[in-house]
Amino acid sequence: MTPGLNHYLVVSGLLFSLGLLGVLGRRNLLIIYMGLELMLNAGNLALVSFSRFNENLNGQVMVFFTITVAAAEVAVGLALIVALYRKRQTAHVEDLTTLKF
Amino acid sequence: MPPLTDLLFYVFAGLTLACGLLCVVNPFSRNPVTSAMFLVLTIVSMAGLFILLHAFFLAAVQILVYAGAVMVLFLFVIMLLDLREEERRRIRTFSLGTGALIVVVVAGLLVRVLSGAVPVRPTGLGVEGHTKILGRILFEQYVLPFEVLSLLLLVAMVGVILLSKKDMK
Repeated sequence: MTPGLNHYLVVSGLLFSLGLLGVLGRRNLLIIYMGLELMLNAGNLALVSFSRFNENLNGQVMVFFTITVAAAEVAVGLALIVALYRKRQTAHVEDLTTLKF
Repeated sequence: MPPLTDLLFYVFAGLTLACGLLCVVNPFSRNPVTSAMFLVLTIVSMAGLFILLHAFFLAAVQILVYAGAVMVLFLFVIMLLDLREEERRRIRTFSLGTGALIVVVVAGLLVRVLSGAVPVRPTGLGVEGHTKILGRILFEQYVLPFEVLSLLLLVAMVGVILLSKKDMK
């Protein structure tokens, strides 16, 4: 069967769920970050497939912007993790309970 | 016999999902380096999907920015922090079960909704995402967002330098 819009969107939805599983299920800050990256990539895939099948290139420009913002976000987030590790010697979310009510 | 592109879609989609799964839940290793390597594979097979969607420029950017820059950053931080302790932690079954339940519900909802999606104008031809056409749109229609984006990168760079300074006065 020739893959249509719905095939690509299902792949994107499943990838988003995998990222969500990483964010909710893992306790390592770095792997939570990788889950976030997976979710962003799933959004990119959905945008590109919409752009292809609706014949509108604005979606691909949007993905270009998203990739750039994601790169900036990763840089800042990893710097935060490194600063945290320097202060607390951990990258495990269960050890970071200072703000817990 | 289906054409090669259809076959390649299933190959790349399967690779993307399998490597994504191994990135977040790997039964053989809980080392973050393994996860990062599987994330690289996920991203590369997703670039294959982009090529199948005729988004050639974005496929190149995906490999350059994600598989190149972002993953190097990830690996650098993983090796800098030297995370070895996770293997000793016990797994909390209740929170893991709740998380898995939420994920299954969300995945079921997404698959059910998205599997019925059809394009607005199904002409079947589609557009080509060459560098030239994308550049034209980017520098005519989206010049202001493009410049704002460069400002964002500058802000991120200054922020990262400030965060990683030894003594924050």
